[in-house]
Amino acid sequence: MRHDAHTFGILFLSTFKLSAFTFGGGYVIIPLMRKQFVDRLGWLEEQEMLDLTAIAQSSPGPIAVNAAILLGYRVAGVPGALVTMLGTVIPPLVILSVISLFYDAFRSNLIVSRVMKGMQAGVAAVIFDVVLTMAGQIIGRKRAVPIVTLAGAFIASWFFDVHILLILLACALIGLAQWRADTKKGAAA
Amino acid sequence: MIYWQLLWSFFQIGLFSIGGGYAAMPLIQHQVVEVHPWLTLTEFTDIVTLSQMTPGPIAINSATFVGMRIAGISGALVATAGCVLPSCVIALLLAWVYYRYRSLSVIQGVLGGVRPAVVAMIASAGLSILLLALFGSEVINLSLLDLRALGIFALALAALRIFKPDPIWVMAGAGVLGGILYSL
Repeated sequence: MRHDAHTFGILFLSTFKLSAFTFGGGYVIIPLMRKQFVDRLGWLEEQEMLDLTAIAQSSPGPIAVNAAILLGYRVAGVPGALVTMLGTVIPPLVILSVISLFYDAFRSNLIVSRVMKGMQAGVAAVIFDVVLTMAGQIIGRKRAVPIVTLAGAFIASWFFDVHILLILLACALIGLAQWRADTKKGAAA
Repeated sequence: MIYWQLLWSFFQIGLFSIGGGYAAMPLIQHQVVEVHPWLTLTEFTDIVTLSQMTPGPIAINSATFVGMRIAGISGALVATAGCVLPSCVIALLLAWVYYRYRSLSVIQGVLGGVRPAVVAMIASAGLSILLLALFGSEVINLSLLDLRALGIFALALAALRIFKPDPIWVMAGAGVLGGILYSL
């Protein structure tokens, strides 16, 4: 664990930047966090990021805030979690405070809405980029269960609107069953 | 008194909105429109739209917006604090449990099952945003296809795959491009 000012500075600036660009909320921040903390800084492993995402999803409150807290805790303990939480909360806090004062002008501003529309397409591209990489890794390992889980979870969520927590629970059970099968095989060998 | 009400209302929103984002919406509406006369339904709908246009989780956005309207900056701070308090406690607890027990093989098994699902969830969220950008809603209707958005998406994705830049720049670039293309 790191407790130096430099680490706290990077944690704060990274989460601040990510949060300032997380349009649409929720999962959008996960690909951005992954890029920053797994690819660029190398502070987290790929699998760890997925685990933290699942935990962020399963605990109450905004996913972005939860994910930031988990990440900060991982890098620098409880103080780290406080730093990343603040980094994540401050941008929307400031932006919405300002907007609430100029609400009517903001809402009818054409330039703002054009830029926002462009950014929406950009955000979609960022998410797709990360999904392509992550799905590629899962499919590349050529193991049937994870690939089927990936496809099944997507179909359940996209086509049947199954609640995310139910999907996660079902997949946890699949993982548990797989673990039992593997340990039995290991014991027999 | 009003601060206490703001804190408590948004504490409940933070505590009970599991699954984030859209799961929080009905809770927020219940608290700020029905339980307390803080916003009209139209103002609430505006917040939802606003939340999609501005960065940050909808719960934080509405906490700030409602807090500002009711009691100024201190109101915004109190409401936001209430909203993130449950996250702070519970997520920290879960983080501690995760890092303490994650090396157990049974936990590894369970997490191994969950990981592909997380990728699927992110894909699903990404598809929603893409459809929203391309068609204006989540329904595919080719006659409504927004060619400018499609162009921006394709360009941004190509840039990300080929040059691997910081995504922040891609999004900022997409915003500038949107500002130009939609003005033509």
